[in-house]
Amino acid sequence: MSVESHEGVHRHPAPTSFIRKYIFSVDHKVIGIQYIILALVAVLVGMTMSLLMRLNLSWPPPHSWPILETLFPTGAPGGVMTPEFYLSLVTMHGTIMVFFVLTTAPQGGFGNYFLPIQIGAEDMAFPTLNMLSFWVTLVGFIVILLAIFAEGNQSVGQWFAALGPSFAGGSGTVGPIGGWTGYAPLSALGKIAGPGQGAGMNLWVISIAIFCVGSLLGALNFITTLLNMRTKGMSLMRMPLTCWAWFTTAVLALLSFPVLLGGGILLLLDRIAGTSFFIPSGLYVSGLLSGTNPNFPLHTGGSPILWQHLFWFFGHPEVYIAILPGMGATSHILSTFARKPVFGYRAMVFAIFAIGLLGFFVWGHHMFISGMSPYSAIAFSVLTLSIGVPSAVKTFNWLGTLWGARIRFTTAMLFALGFVSLFVAGGITGLILGQSSLDLAMHDTYIVTAHFHLVMGVASIFGMFAALYFWFPKMFGRFMNEKIGKLHFWLTFIGVYAIFVPMHIMGIVGMPRRYASFGEYEFLRTLHPLVLLVSVAAIITITAQLIFYFNLIWSVFKGEKAGDNPWEATTLEWTTATPPPHDNFAGVLPTVYHGPYEFAVPGAPKDYVMQTEAEADVPSGNGHNGHKH
Amino acid sequence: MGPGGGFPGPNGKKPGGNGWKGGDRSKPKFSPVAYRITMGVVLAAVVMMFAALSVVYIMSSPEDRPVAMPRMFFVSTVLILSSSWTFQKAKRCLQQERRRAHTRWLLATLVLGLGFLVSQLVGWRELTRGGVYFRDHPKSTFFYVVTALHGAHLIGGIGLVLYLLLRSRRLILAELHSTWTSIVGMYWHTMDGIWLWLFLLLLVVR
Repeated sequence: MSVESHEGVHRHPAPTSFIRKYIFSVDHKVIGIQYIILALVAVLVGMTMSLLMRLNLSWPPPHSWPILETLFPTGAPGGVMTPEFYLSLVTMHGTIMVFFVLTTAPQGGFGNYFLPIQIGAEDMAFPTLNMLSFWVTLVGFIVILLAIFAEGNQSVGQWFAALGPSFAGGSGTVGPIGGWTGYAPLSALGKIAGPGQGAGMNLWVISIAIFCVGSLLGALNFITTLLNMRTKGMSLMRMPLTCWAWFTTAVLALLSFPVLLGGGILLLLDRIAGTSFFIPSGLYVSGLLSGTNPNFPLHTGGSPILWQHLFWFFGHPEVYIAILPGMGATSHILSTFARKPVFGYRAMVFAIFAIGLLGFFVWGHHMFISGMSPYSAIAFSVLTLSIGVPSAVKTFNWLGTLWGARIRFTTAMLFALGFVSLFVAGGITGLILGQSSLDLAMHDTYIVTAHFHLVMGVASIFGMFAALYFWFPKMFGRFMNEKIGKLHFWLTFIGVYAIFVPMHIMGIVGMPRRYASFGEYEFLRTLHPLVLLVSVAAIITITAQLIFYFNLIWSVFKGEKAGDNPWEATTLEWTTATPPPHDNFAGVLPTVYHGPYEFAVPGAPKDYVMQTEAEADVPSGNGHNGHKH
Repeated sequence: MGPGGGFPGPNGKKPGGNGWKGGDRSKPKFSPVAYRITMGVVLAAVVMMFAALSVVYIMSSPEDRPVAMPRMFFVSTVLILSSSWTFQKAKRCLQQERRRAHTRWLLATLVLGLGFLVSQLVGWRELTRGGVYFRDHPKSTFFYVVTALHGAHLIGGIGLVLYLLLRSRRLILAELHSTWTSIVGMYWHTMDGIWLWLFLLLLVVR
């Protein structure tokens, strides 16, 4: 009988074997690190792809890269990339970056590691489910890697063809060519739609579906843990903003991934079971009319726009899934190194929620050029622009936090400041692109590429860099090297602006995105120096990341040793040992008496008050709201 | 004093706390709330998926020859509605500590659930006999896809009821069992609700 009572939640003994400790671990901290490692591997793949794209754009055919021919004999015959090969790079770069980097590291990585500690729990609510969530996600990643080989390699392609005609691969690409959005009807037709659309597309859909399941398992764990496992005294409004961000992100994932999963199931049925959910009547593709050829059976009644609706209903919340944890980390780190409470804590919480909520009603702004009714477009426009309000609240509060502060310029702080800069710089074009009339002209140009890379790509990554430099001492007991870190920051910060600012200009001139080369267009030839500049900046920035990888690995083993609270921060993760023990608090859960950002409290003995410091030790502070009492 | 900024705590004032609404209890080992929150969260995800599928059905172009609702699906509706009723009976018997009756009503729920699945399969046969095939048109396909997905979820529900049945035969901790009964109930009734929604959707939107 007593055995049954343990069935409840948590409390698992510390594992002893290597496999249970580091591989199939149920410890949220190990799982968090596993997610971060997954992201660090995935980002290398994604970055290599962007490098190849830049090479092709700045040294276009007939320039030849002999190494490409060695690697991809059919994708780059004679060392010259085929346009299809380029498009598959675009697709896989986007897919891998969005799903396996921007969704895994911020939420699965740092969220897993620090959410339970910051709320004073000994683990997630369902540790086994947590482990499952990581391994399912890893399977998704392996499947997307298979797509590269199934299309890129003839013999692997033939092996996949044995699974059925729709799995034929080996077309000389590195995956499907439909973009990370997998737009129907081409994505729904199978191999007649062109190179990469056989095995590559099937594996793409399967990978995404698997990823959805993994993310859902993670999300439900986050939500239950946060709602039910906060320690004594940790009321909702005493949680660090990071926890609010991870929680909101989990809610977004919970409500948006099932929609993509449903859409993905239907897309897969269209591809392998011959249904027509996303395939319209009378479709003419690759010189064939639907129903006139055994390879292209009759399809009726489907709607390709429907896929766009389902995809973007997921896709827009997804960009907030990527960036909200970065916002949380930035708020947390700015306050710590400004030695000031977060300005307007409550407003920050509501802004996070408002951004999350509004994120569900703006998916149409990705579809202004799909032929939607102008009335819907106006509604989507207005809702989109209204996201500017909570975004501005956050920005002003960040600036308010910094106002009059004696800032400690650590690498983590620099990256947090970089986040604010990139969020503003990238977000400002959102106000332009969010207006349907302007978007009609600009949608398929480089300005969109520039916009979303700055705001959801690079800004999120900066949030993660800030988080890593900040929490690294807690995770590994050593600091990352600050000198190399600052070099990494400045190279990356200047680098990304050098890459993406020129892209805005290209977009306004009218350079279309996703094109493999521009040689045929007279008016774009004058832009070639800019294209070259972007590529050189990209190569330098990517090289700077190798410095980061070196610093990371070197610091794990050789970094300067860190104490329990090296940054003089206030939240619960800094009250426990470094690195935290298996159950986080060595058997005694902390009790919380303070808000999360009580810096510079008048009359307090130090310039910060830990959340766990009891009343007797400290005079009543000015709270974390910045209110005067 | 800003909210959350004060120093309640040992002096008798209420600190914030754990649980949905907060409170000052220490973290319990077994928390029924955790189960309920988790089930609520799972169901939110399931409902979102069916909502997305419903949008697909509503938005795909109408068919020239609308699919007639299989008569067997009316039977399905009656079966699943009564299964919700029998489940509630089982739950009430548990509250009244009538173990035997509890088990019996659970068994009835299980049988009705299986009956629902059978009636769905018979409904499929009715569809194919009426010339409605899987590949015809999105609206026809939808009859099969959505019933299959709902059926798959209901199989999960049957598994849960079976689990309750097996537990109910053993000597068990009352609180744990009643928590399980309540979350399985949440799941089962939601599956019932989803079916009702799908049934009305297929009936009304052609």
